[in-house]
Amino acid sequence: MSFLPYAVVAYVAAIGLYGVVTSRNLVHLVICLSVMQSSSYLLLLSIGYQKDASAPIFADVPLGTRAVDPVVQALTLTDVVVGTTVTALLLALAVQAHKRYGTADPSELRPERR
Amino acid sequence: MGDLAALAVAVPLVVAAALLAVATVVPRRVVDVGAVLAALASAVLCALVLSDTGDGIVVYWFGGWTPRDGIALGISFTIDAIGAGLALFASVLVAAAFVFSWRYFVVVGPLFHALMLVFLAAMLGFSFTGDLFNLFVFFELLSVAAYALVAYDIEEEGPLQGALNFAVTNSIGALFILIGIALLYGRTGALNMAQIGEILAGQDADGLVVVSFTLMAVGFFVKAAVVPFHFWLADAYSVAPTPVCLLLSAAMSELGLYALARVYWTVFSGALGGEEALEAILIGAGTLTALIGAAMAFGQRHLKRLLAFATVSHVGLFLIGFALLDPAGLAGMALYVVADGLIKAALFVSVGIVQHLYGSVDELNLFGRARRLRVTGPLVVVCGVAIASLPPFGPWMGKALIDEAARESGAGWLSVVFVLASVLTGAAILRAAARVFWGIGPKSDPSIVDAPAPAEVDPELDYPHDRVPLTMTFTALGLAAGGLVLGLVPDLRDAIAEAAARFVDRTGYAAAVLQGSGPREVHAESAAPGILDIGLGLLTAAGAIGLAYLTLAPPRPRLHRVGVAAGTVIARLRVLHTGYVGDYVTWLVAGAAVLGGLFAATLTT
Repeated sequence: MSFLPYAVVAYVAAIGLYGVVTSRNLVHLVICLSVMQSSSYLLLLSIGYQKDASAPIFADVPLGTRAVDPVVQALTLTDVVVGTTVTALLLALAVQAHKRYGTADPSELRPERR
Repeated sequence: MGDLAALAVAVPLVVAAALLAVATVVPRRVVDVGAVLAALASAVLCALVLSDTGDGIVVYWFGGWTPRDGIALGISFTIDAIGAGLALFASVLVAAAFVFSWRYFVVVGPLFHALMLVFLAAMLGFSFTGDLFNLFVFFELLSVAAYALVAYDIEEEGPLQGALNFAVTNSIGALFILIGIALLYGRTGALNMAQIGEILAGQDADGLVVVSFTLMAVGFFVKAAVVPFHFWLADAYSVAPTPVCLLLSAAMSELGLYALARVYWTVFSGALGGEEALEAILIGAGTLTALIGAAMAFGQRHLKRLLAFATVSHVGLFLIGFALLDPAGLAGMALYVVADGLIKAALFVSVGIVQHLYGSVDELNLFGRARRLRVTGPLVVVCGVAIASLPPFGPWMGKALIDEAARESGAGWLSVVFVLASVLTGAAILRAAARVFWGIGPKSDPSIVDAPAPAEVDPELDYPHDRVPLTMTFTALGLAAGGLVLGLVPDLRDAIAEAAARFVDRTGYAAAVLQGSGPREVHAESAAPGILDIGLGLLTAAGAIGLAYLTLAPPRPRLHRVGVAAGTVIARLRVLHTGYVGDYVTWLVAGAAVLGGLFAATLTT
């Protein structure tokens, strides 16, 4: 088992997080958030990965053929859908915020009251 | 009978789609009625499921994928009395919110009803599910519906900012939960909670298990708004439409803690070591949350924001109930969540009534303007003293049960936290009520540090209203009555004690899911509040009334100095609530690091 995929997961999550914290533009912030979310796709797929195994399609192959874990692939697909929903909604809010405030800088989006 | 649970989730989803399809050709009232009926149908189904859980745990396998040889591959709803009770509570709240919104919106699109119904379906699925990934999906569905509902008044600035902060912080929380689930799947190859719990129980809790627990705890803490993960809450709850606030404050935050309790007791309790350290850490977090929330609530003049911080404070008290890690504390928490949720919902409805008539939610701006509300005013006062735990009402009973459990496990000092937090939140509500409904007291207050609330926060309110719709008054009265009498229902305490005993019985849960075995005898001790609890309740209520009196009393120099000092302390806390999402995420990461460090040092075996 290689550590490389997990290192990439940590790296992608960390740069996404850094982007979210420091972002000065809402669209950039939303994209950083989806970069962060993509670390979970990587993590799920690397957990189910097996060396020298085929895709989990069991037609025309002998019984007992090694295959990668199909469950994590289903989870990843679901996760992609969820992530897309959140991104789409957030982008809509970002566009609306730009219209309303005239700026896309999240630190400017403070109404006079907190 | 598990089919009914699946149906309870399906009904609101199907009705939501149907309403969207027909909304353009039918009058608005048809949509309203359809939505209320769907919520009520779910409530009835949940009640049937709840009555079924009387003798054990109901398990429903989707597509008939039952476990073979104790290995579960399918996805299950695993419903015990606490999950079913929470689902019933959520359905009733959604129905109440629909009745309230009957006259609240002048114009409302069917999207509102559809989103509310999707939100309901997600809450129900979240309470019922026995599968970790399913839990995550319902968590996200719940969250996305809530983001959209908070941003419902999309033309306004407040809702946009509140929804953005809410969505970004909670999405990161959800990501943490998912990574935690993925790590557990990598270790155990299972997603069913009972199955994972069984596998982990046979192993040592190493780094991976503790990291996974930390990530999930952080994710659920973000949703529940435990300090320092709570910053988004006030931004979102203070700008959402009132019918939505009612649900967010009374049900959504509490679902975060429910999920943490469920995951701890079914998945991690067999593996994690250092139970006493975990207790101490969670009690610390709960205490911090309860006190900071209460202090912030006391410093607000924006009524919805005041109630939002009161919600934070109460989440801290609920967390203490869970943190005792025994069935007695959990039973108290369950009762307290429902009673307090109903009372808080009634308070939000009352604020909605005031807003409907006067177009403002600012305590000082509304000074004496709501004198003619002869039902709402007294109702808010009654709810205020109930929140300040006046016996024998519901919130007092819940608090007393947690208090007793704390004394049993040698943490009697927690009574002080309960009294302090309740005095502050109760006094804030009573003070605001006296100003708004009777025009008592000075028009300025040194302990209020909040900026004035924006005058018109809701475009629905440009419309002139001169009387309170009956649908609003009855919703408020009904919710409050429910919360008040909950402390008086005779057999309820025993039933909840038994449900809590079942909730913490990990092996019984696993046997019911994996072997399909019948109900097991559980040893449930139902505590009865004693003289001490009645005394504490009276003391708290008297303290809240006294503090409210002091803030409203004629100005005296010494009192004024105390007020200024209190204002300074609260102002220090307030500057942390910057409204900038980058700060909130930084707090989230810092909190996660501290929590992870503490867990890593104490929970590994």
